[in-house]
Amino acid sequence: MSHRRIVTELHQAPLPVAGEQRIDTSPPSADEVKTTTCYMCACRCGIKVHLKDGRIRYIEGNRDHPVNKGVLCAKGSAGIMTQYAPSRLQKPLLRVGERGKGEFREIEWEEALRLATLWLSEIRATDPKKLAFFTGRDQSQALTGWWATQFGTPNYAAHGGFCSVNMAAAGLYTIGGSFWELGEPDWERTRYFMMFGIAEDHDSNPIKLGLGRLKGRPADNRAKFVSINPVRTGYSAIADEWIGLRPGTDGLFVLSLIHELLKADKIDLDFLVRYTNAPWLIIEAPGTAEHGLVARDAKGEPLCFGTLRSEVVSALRPDVAPQLIGAVALPDGRRARTVFELMLRRYLDPRYAPENVAATIGIDAATIRRIAAELAHAAFEQAIEIETEWTDWAGRKHDRFIGRPVSMHAMRGISAHSNGFDTCRAIHLLQMLLGSIDCPGGFRYKPPFPRPIPPAQLPADQAGPLQPLKGPPLGFPLGPEHLLVDEAGKPKRIDKAFSWEAPLSAHGLMHMVIHDAWAGDPYPIDTLFMYMANMAWNSTMNTSGTMQKLADKDPATGEYRIPHIIYADAYYSETVAYADLVLPDTTYLERWDCISLLDRPICDADGAADAIRQPVIRPDRDVRAFQDVLLDLGSRLGLPGMTNEDGTARYPGGLKDYLLHHQRSPGIGMLAGWRGNGEQQGKGEPNPSQLDRYIENGCHWRAEIPANAKFFRHANADYYDWAIGLGLMNARNQIVLQIYSEPMRKFQRAGEGFGDRLPPEADRARLRARFDPLPDWHLPFGEEVDHDAYPLHALTQRPMHMYHSWGSQNAWLRQIQARNALFVNRATGERLGLRDGDWVWIESPHGRVKAPVQLMEGVNKDTVWTWNAIGKRAGAWNLAPDAPEAQKGFLLNHVISELLPPRADGYRYANADPVTGQAAWYDLRVRLVKCAEGEAETTVPRFPALKPPLKRAAERLQYGARFRHARERR
Amino acid sequence: MTTLPSSTPKQLGLVIDLDICVGCHACAVNCKEWNSGGHAAPLTDLDAYGARPDGVWFNRIHTFEAGEGAAGRTVHFPKSCLHCAQPACVTVCPTGASFKRAADGIVLVDEDKCIGCKLCSWACPYGAREFDVVEGVMKKCTLCIDRIYNETFAPEDRVPACVASCPAGARHFGDLGDPTSPVSRLVAEREGYDLMPELGYKPVNKYLPPRPSQAKAGCTGAGAALTEEADVAPAGGFLRWVDRLLSR
Repeated sequence: MSHRRIVTELHQAPLPVAGEQRIDTSPPSADEVKTTTCYMCACRCGIKVHLKDGRIRYIEGNRDHPVNKGVLCAKGSAGIMTQYAPSRLQKPLLRVGERGKGEFREIEWEEALRLATLWLSEIRATDPKKLAFFTGRDQSQALTGWWATQFGTPNYAAHGGFCSVNMAAAGLYTIGGSFWELGEPDWERTRYFMMFGIAEDHDSNPIKLGLGRLKGRPADNRAKFVSINPVRTGYSAIADEWIGLRPGTDGLFVLSLIHELLKADKIDLDFLVRYTNAPWLIIEAPGTAEHGLVARDAKGEPLCFGTLRSEVVSALRPDVAPQLIGAVALPDGRRARTVFELMLRRYLDPRYAPENVAATIGIDAATIRRIAAELAHAAFEQAIEIETEWTDWAGRKHDRFIGRPVSMHAMRGISAHSNGFDTCRAIHLLQMLLGSIDCPGGFRYKPPFPRPIPPAQLPADQAGPLQPLKGPPLGFPLGPEHLLVDEAGKPKRIDKAFSWEAPLSAHGLMHMVIHDAWAGDPYPIDTLFMYMANMAWNSTMNTSGTMQKLADKDPATGEYRIPHIIYADAYYSETVAYADLVLPDTTYLERWDCISLLDRPICDADGAADAIRQPVIRPDRDVRAFQDVLLDLGSRLGLPGMTNEDGTARYPGGLKDYLLHHQRSPGIGMLAGWRGNGEQQGKGEPNPSQLDRYIENGCHWRAEIPANAKFFRHANADYYDWAIGLGLMNARNQIVLQIYSEPMRKFQRAGEGFGDRLPPEADRARLRARFDPLPDWHLPFGEEVDHDAYPLHALTQRPMHMYHSWGSQNAWLRQIQARNALFVNRATGERLGLRDGDWVWIESPHGRVKAPVQLMEGVNKDTVWTWNAIGKRAGAWNLAPDAPEAQKGFLLNHVISELLPPRADGYRYANADPVTGQAAWYDLRVRLVKCAEGEAETTVPRFPALKPPLKRAAERLQYGARFRHARERR
Repeated sequence: MTTLPSSTPKQLGLVIDLDICVGCHACAVNCKEWNSGGHAAPLTDLDAYGARPDGVWFNRIHTFEAGEGAAGRTVHFPKSCLHCAQPACVTVCPTGASFKRAADGIVLVDEDKCIGCKLCSWACPYGAREFDVVEGVMKKCTLCIDRIYNETFAPEDRVPACVASCPAGARHFGDLGDPTSPVSRLVAEREGYDLMPELGYKPVNKYLPPRPSQAKAGCTGAGAALTEEADVAPAGGFLRWVDRLLSR
């Protein structure tokens, strides 16, 4: 693990100089320094909290932590102000007024828990799916997902469906890993790094550390950093080259690069044959049910044509020299062609030639050609070798790892389009063609990835009243047989995940829950239970409509359409006002937590790691950690995993108890370090002193991967052995990377009317078009509007110093930013007669919102953008109602519909990728209309100010004064 | 008014790499956090949750664009006190509150002597002074004087908070008066420069300019294209792969 190369020097304190102020240069900063894990965003950096006189004096990055290596971002450094924010909820709340008015009465925890238990126990005894449990920006999904399983509702997910499931799912269905949590660039060795789209939000500190290292290399080992992004801010500002393409066209750009590489034969054919399904045979029998499926032998193994003996054999055999081109007759007489040939036929098509895509993506053909040449040069002329003996999956010894030092990263900018799944697949295809998957200098997996493609976990259906779910609620379907739909094709989940509308929705569709529950489509629910998800404001499309739906009543009965809403959060967000019952959470510094390998891991390419949070200060309010509350509710409800046979609670000590004693399978628990007798890693009996060992080690654990197991881990037996030893894998089978996706073909085939389970007629055209076994580029759904009426693309991005809605309650972060402008390309703005400070209506087919304008150079000429989640509802977060966040700050969410325009029969699909259900935030098209005189100065829409049941915030803040006074008294 | 030491044996300061700074504000907030309880505590915030939030910050990030269109550049520019060798903020001070330390060149304010007249902030061309209206005294970057020599810290932590926290590694700390020091060598190697040298205040802090761009064709050693524009493969153009002998 290498550290940063900053230059610092050690200096001795000089002797005092006569007449100069005497300064204490060695004041102790703390009575005690405690380590824990940050939660000011999703990155989970290690921190050291300096405690002085019972208060937090200082929070710094933990130098020994694998994620941040001592650095800390603006959010993490502002943790003190979130810890003491006046927006913190104080006590459980019960609604007394109408929903949305924010009128509550404080109640005791016992009353709150009894009420929740009453509502939930009735649901569980009758129809468990009537509980929709969605947990937002949850970092304890291994617990919350398991809780939903024990309760028996399939209606569970976290926020992945509106974040980056396209990126995650495309990777898991293609290479068995993906960007961010599942893989990272080899920052040390890469010579060419491409970043696609907005990526500033995650993996915040590791990417900054990586970019700094990459750019700080000596002149003879420089790397080139190319940013492909309609907006030149943040990381793009330090890129060697900025390619400001048109939003949503990244996939076409990548396929054009692929076209160029294939045309010039600049691909790593050895890599493709060894590690991908390029040689696999695909049945060619148009008009039959088998067409497009992988030809398989009796054991189900894929077939290839071996040239040594001229026979069709299992493609999994190590001793085969497969043919790549030409039709093959299968033993049963059918014809087949290789994946490689199908790929060539597809991407050599002139429609992907640079001159034919240039106008669509807004980049000239010469640039596309040059980038292709630079990629090939970096991959094949600058190849690197690491001499290490390693053993491949077939037991063959190799004496070196050969690296193609080209790496890539993509996050939300790619994901949040309705074509994002295929764009991400296209990026992975480009990586495979260059041979730059898990090699030195390339993209590298983070354990426990790679996993089988896709991971062997299927979404489970409910078993009935008082029964746990048949398995975990989320998973990876292999074909229509794994969908959660009834005989008529109707979705079984409230968010329509794993239905024909979103078959591979591995993270669910949280953004559709409120709409679907309100509409009773596919069925009404009883209780919506949410955790730290600001669904009544910035975490939803169509914000105004969503607020109405949360508070809407059925005129026939006078009852709310969503009968019960329980909300758990630490702060007074906009969503609190819409809850019937509010369960106040602790802050991240007041509780136990774990960052588990069973959840979203914090491993790095060279090691496996997990971490904990420990309470570093005691809450000064009547609040409880949500995870403790969930376990308490579980035992009150008698959920099997949380109750002993005698009916008593299995984890009476709450989450801490659970972390120590829960086993997911024998020997596998929430934490991998110091198991059993304290010496075991990965697998072992529960160890009662495990948490003490974590605390001794700075609240994290890490196991370094041996040198011979660090690359080609999809096919590296030394890695398999290491991973099996830790319980991260359970089989030594080669993970064959999937250029051609058979699960995709199975859904496409269903759309063609073949297979055992067929979709409703109305869904078939979409399945045929969008479930392509090879990645392709599709026009985003949002583009299907009149471009003359709506000439501009509109995007958002998150500032690096803010995390979703949380930043504005922070006294320091809101001084950096308390309002947002709409950024417009200068030439475009001038053509529209706009100047800095003018106000415009941003109009989409869905609605309009009013915003101030700022002109800039570094943005695609047809694109406007703004900072996300700066706009706030008046009064929320305990800010003054006249705060700029509420008066000037605006949300683009108001003009984004959660639904696509109606199809022929009137039905409206979710505004989402049709493969994964990923919310298509960035498909938006708008026009700008300059505000009339007198219309300017405040944003619209605005809503009645909320009145939090909290103490008014102090106007003047002198946080650190007490530390100085105490020092000077001594 | 206040006199300066004729020379200082050390000139401690910062070197800020504008080629790496991504404008994330980590340094600014970590500075705020450390110094809120540090030597010049508090760093008062006014209207903290209201309409006009405003407070004392020793380090602020300015973002602007230079040049036009794709050829232009977005610049993230962190700015704090530059600890000038000839600081006008010191010489203008009527009470001796503003002073430059003789030993290490750090420019500080002795709050006991400060009368809050703000002459120093008018004199500073860099806008690096911060007036605390509640305390009635001028405040500014102390170069973390309570960290850099702090014997209660591990040696590697004895750097200013902005340097310790910077995720991109864009900030360096050391003695810029010693031409052989690592920071001075870095400045020489990267052609670091003074901010507004024409004013003559001789700032100690240095900025490193962007490294040579690699945007143009040929910069990485690659050609301008792999294929000619006219070289569109015929339908069967992939037959060249037919006879390759490859093994798993």
